[in-house]
Amino acid sequence: MTAVENEKSTVTVTIDGVAIEADPGELLIDAAERHGTYIPRFCYHSRMKPVGMCRMCLVEVDSGRGPALQPSCMIPVSDGMTVDTESEATKKAQDGVLEFLLINHPLDCPVCDKGGECPLQDQTMAYGPGESRFVEEKRHYEKPIPISDTVYLDRERCILCDRCTRFADDVAGDTLIHFMDRGNSTQVNTFPDEPFASYFSGNTVQICPVGALTAKPYRFKARPWDLEETISTAWTDSVGARVTVQSSRNQVLRLLGVDADAVNWGWLSDKERFGFEALNSEGRITAPMARTEDGLAPTGWAPALVAATDALRDVDPGRIGVIGGARLTNESQYAWTKLAKGVLGTDNVDAQLGDGLPAGAVLGLPRATIDQACTPGGTVILVGPDPKEDLGALFLRLRHAVVNDGTTVIELTPTRTGLSTIATHSLHPRPGEVGLLAAALVDATSGPARDAAGVSADAIAAAAASISGPVTVVLGRASVADAADATVDAAIALGRLDGVGFLSALRRGNVHGALDMGMAPGLLPGRVPLSAGCDAFDQVPAETGMDTVAMLEAAAAGEIDVLVLLGADPLADVPDADLAERGLAGAGTVIAVEMLPNASTLAHADLVLPAAAPTEHAGTFTNLEGRVSVAEQKVTPPGTARADWMIAAELALRLGADLGVESPESMRAEIAAISPVHGVLTEAALADGRVEGVLIAGSSIDAPTASGSTAPANDAYSLRLVASRRMYDNGTMLQASASSAGLAASVKICLNPVDFEKLGIDAGTVVKVVSSRGELMAPLAVDHGVPAGSAMIPANAPGSNANALIDASAAVTDVRVERA
Amino acid sequence: MPTHDYVAHAPGYVDNDGPKIVTSRLVHEDSHTLERYEATNGYDGLRRALDRTPADVHEEVRNAVVLGRGGAGFPAGVKWGFMPPGKFPYYLVVNGDESEPGTYKDRLLMERDPHQLIEGCLITCYALGLSQCFLYVRGEMPAAQENIAQALNDAYAKGYVGKNIMGTEFSVDITLTWGAGAYIVGEETALIESLEGNRGMPRLKPPFFPAAIGLYGQPTIVNNVETLSNLPWLMLNGSEQYKAYGSEASPGSRMVAVSGHVNRPGVYEIEQGVTTFRDLFYGDNFCRGIRDGHELKMFVPGGGSAPWFFPEQLDLQLEGRAVGAEGSMLGSGAIMVMDETTDSVKAALRLVRFYARESCGKCTPCREGTTWEERILQRIVDGEGRPSDIDKLLDIADNISPGPYPVAADPAQGLEAVPFPPKQTTICPLGPSSVAPITSTIRRFRHEYEAKITKRDSIPVMSAPMASDPVEVS
Repeated sequence: MTAVENEKSTVTVTIDGVAIEADPGELLIDAAERHGTYIPRFCYHSRMKPVGMCRMCLVEVDSGRGPALQPSCMIPVSDGMTVDTESEATKKAQDGVLEFLLINHPLDCPVCDKGGECPLQDQTMAYGPGESRFVEEKRHYEKPIPISDTVYLDRERCILCDRCTRFADDVAGDTLIHFMDRGNSTQVNTFPDEPFASYFSGNTVQICPVGALTAKPYRFKARPWDLEETISTAWTDSVGARVTVQSSRNQVLRLLGVDADAVNWGWLSDKERFGFEALNSEGRITAPMARTEDGLAPTGWAPALVAATDALRDVDPGRIGVIGGARLTNESQYAWTKLAKGVLGTDNVDAQLGDGLPAGAVLGLPRATIDQACTPGGTVILVGPDPKEDLGALFLRLRHAVVNDGTTVIELTPTRTGLSTIATHSLHPRPGEVGLLAAALVDATSGPARDAAGVSADAIAAAAASISGPVTVVLGRASVADAADATVDAAIALGRLDGVGFLSALRRGNVHGALDMGMAPGLLPGRVPLSAGCDAFDQVPAETGMDTVAMLEAAAAGEIDVLVLLGADPLADVPDADLAERGLAGAGTVIAVEMLPNASTLAHADLVLPAAAPTEHAGTFTNLEGRVSVAEQKVTPPGTARADWMIAAELALRLGADLGVESPESMRAEIAAISPVHGVLTEAALADGRVEGVLIAGSSIDAPTASGSTAPANDAYSLRLVASRRMYDNGTMLQASASSAGLAASVKICLNPVDFEKLGIDAGTVVKVVSSRGELMAPLAVDHGVPAGSAMIPANAPGSNANALIDASAAVTDVRVERA
Repeated sequence: MPTHDYVAHAPGYVDNDGPKIVTSRLVHEDSHTLERYEATNGYDGLRRALDRTPADVHEEVRNAVVLGRGGAGFPAGVKWGFMPPGKFPYYLVVNGDESEPGTYKDRLLMERDPHQLIEGCLITCYALGLSQCFLYVRGEMPAAQENIAQALNDAYAKGYVGKNIMGTEFSVDITLTWGAGAYIVGEETALIESLEGNRGMPRLKPPFFPAAIGLYGQPTIVNNVETLSNLPWLMLNGSEQYKAYGSEASPGSRMVAVSGHVNRPGVYEIEQGVTTFRDLFYGDNFCRGIRDGHELKMFVPGGGSAPWFFPEQLDLQLEGRAVGAEGSMLGSGAIMVMDETTDSVKAALRLVRFYARESCGKCTPCREGTTWEERILQRIVDGEGRPSDIDKLLDIADNISPGPYPVAADPAQGLEAVPFPPKQTTICPLGPSSVAPITSTIRRFRHEYEAKITKRDSIPVMSAPMASDPVEVS
């Protein structure tokens, strides 16, 4: 044997007489498929551990001891292996397995949603016996049974492939469905009185190889052969999960996850999957509206645009504000930045609502990708929200990395999160003091540990000792009840770790696109500061403008004449309800560009311009890694709604300026030309990266500076408030999604058992929660995941909004619980 | 000369003139106590083992060729050698989930001589350098669980189990656990799953056998109760004495449990590879002939999973390789004898029903195929069979176990034997086991099937109405 042969990195396998090269350790079923030989399968799924249960992928394999039937999903290739996928024995086995699978299958294909896209149908046609010899009565179950609010299970159709149960157990970690009984009576079911209440339940519907699992939003809505589809990007959070949007008769009916290797691996959270329902809802704004004495009334585009330009014309740029924009496509964001900063000349533009992080914390620190965060043997430090609640697909990736690849997770979060059960260390700092904890953690990697933020030196030392491999900090706002300063300080401290990367956990759909397109005070498109200027803009604001909180304060003081809300609901989202109310009331003209009316629009907008939804116009989104991916148009907008960028261009024209934007393509070309970092964003690159997207790297934004602020000590009678997001809340889009609206749990105040005992009030009792800013009523609950001394109220939960208690100018929020 | 017969306190055990390697204490009423055990060379085998090096003890077992008594008949000493070096911890798991139809020998050993089993575990742990053993006892055997628990407590108290056994550096913990009532957990990988707290479903092997990746992903040796019960005697008397019993290929003794139509059914310790089926069924020292002067029609030679034998195979010695070549297996040593009054179709149905009920449901051919077989057989027995059913049964069998199924020779039809084992499209051998009664009986007694199908007195219907269904009366 020569040296070259010794070093051969592949193995040679002969499949149906053709020699192929495969990677050592690769499963035979994958190696065959890569080389054009599809082996039929039901239970095998490339993103889950193989189980070899359905036996459909049996092929005749000869590894030197004579041919034998082997499940190709369980057999790694080995050098010299000979495989016959078409031998008589293989065909007989496949034929037999299909006959077995069909004997108890109801064959109700004409009324089954899966009919037409059903692997069982397809493989029966291709490999099956054609005729059944089964004359007995088939197995019967009640059909279908709801196993959750969105998912129905038809056990008669089920072929017991273990895909849904494996997903729930291995991938999502929500072991809520399982096999019950045995032998011929084996069935998938939930545990008694415990529904399949998983944020990820929709994935089981997508991977079900038969029509056993169906999702409420799609049941009996269409036949697969009537569906048209296009590729897009999920817009309900910032992970940028890739999806196909499927429609029939100009209506979006279903979203399916697309397996983007760098992003979501085909998985979606239910919020991403079923969020399209909001776009089809009756409440969509279909025509411009203007405020009259009787409230908002429909009007035409011409009068609405006239009114808008009249309001904007000749106003001091410093008295114009633009809040929101994270919902928009990159192109629309660019157009709106160009309008606001280049035409109107204001720098008061902020896509975040005081609940995010300064741009420098996202653009000014070394960034990491999801893949880098999931490096086998690496470490993830979570300083941010619960990814399971806010960024579902990212949670699944992180969970996979921890469970399968030995990635270490260290949480520095105010409460327990969805990662806590698999985290190596969960350190819960007092709210507002995560910066101190992070500094102590970093110091403990090279010196003695000290107590910090209510966490013991021992715990910090143990966590510091567990840091290994490349470190990625997942950075976001864990709670809106304390200021962003502490999080920024934590980021700066953790930045001292060798080779650390930061993965942003800002949650809003295209908030990272908004930052890249300059929708933040002091920024211009292309991750550059105002001082860099922009060749494509007629003018650039001279001074850094106001952020959302400052704009609202100015508006409350009567210093804002025109306030534009780009898909923003300050009343619900700004962590200071009182300020939001005063700001909106004090602003001159409020112009809302919206898909659905929200509380702020309904109460304060003078003019509402209807916007097209992500499936209704073409564009691109930027995810939390800085990855740009396409969102293609599938249907037409309702009524006269139009793309946000068109509205910006129209307003500019009427103000006597030409934005020079004609199409998403022309805007992308302009962005690529003027941006120092978007040069790679060519149409060719987007076409190549149709699934994976195009990663935009680099930035000219400075890292943030330490605030040096410290949280004041709280008195013995107060609890420090944590207000964190839940996947299902009272958000406008979610509440407009029929099947998800009811899933939002109503508000409650969660206390550690220690604090709960002190109160002496029964759980479930409605109590009054009082802060220096305001008060709200909420039922009391015990939660072991909340540390003693803290109180947790979900942000924007139905019932009462925690932001009523929060003062945007305070470092932390202290509350007292009183008998109602 | 004592009266050799049934031993009252050891149900089913027949005390005869055979070898007494594992059954020596069963005649004593207090055989399960530590006092009796210590009085009858108890723990002396371990003492001998501890005086030698672990490798030496392993070599002694390898040299004795102690064949596994659970069913597969694989030499224990060789199996022990499959554990990858250096991948600690190793585990020993004792398979006491005896549930093969017809088998009741391990139960006797667990109930009546638990210390012998414990000593066997300790010798194994010492030979392999491991410190944790799990004793998995069938859920339906409370007496075995209780006696083993008592024995373990006594052995711990006396320092035979636990830390620094007999004052040496050798320490072992033995954990007793029991099943929840599933036949398939007798299969070693399903047993490991059950032990881990999961549903008792077999793992696919290859690629990985428990010796490489077993309990909690660690190298694990799974041995049968009777196999380990041989070791104290072996340590005390040496492999040469052990090999004085039995044949060259199958040394030592083994326990067989005979049931069915013989005059004296029971558990016998016999010499492996020497005693023939004819000796066993007709010998005065054994079963003393077919009951009431009837004729032997057929017998199952090695548990419910074994293809059936007929009078032509009577002179075969109870020796694994020979029985395998003749188309069946010795398996767990359960022998079921049927005389000419037995309806072969009903007998087949009875066993197939067992496998259909006990299928774990993991893989398709077994989950669907075994129940389908049962329903067709039931239909035939109910007089609603169809002429096509016989070939259909054989083809379903072929889809579970492809190719010629192991079967005994039938000189009358000029048919030769198909050697054991069967091939399988399933994960574990449960599905193929359900095929054995069908292929065995159809090949030999096809006319009995045909008679039931053609001489039926009712008209077959697509499906029988439920008994509780209301009947329309016009």
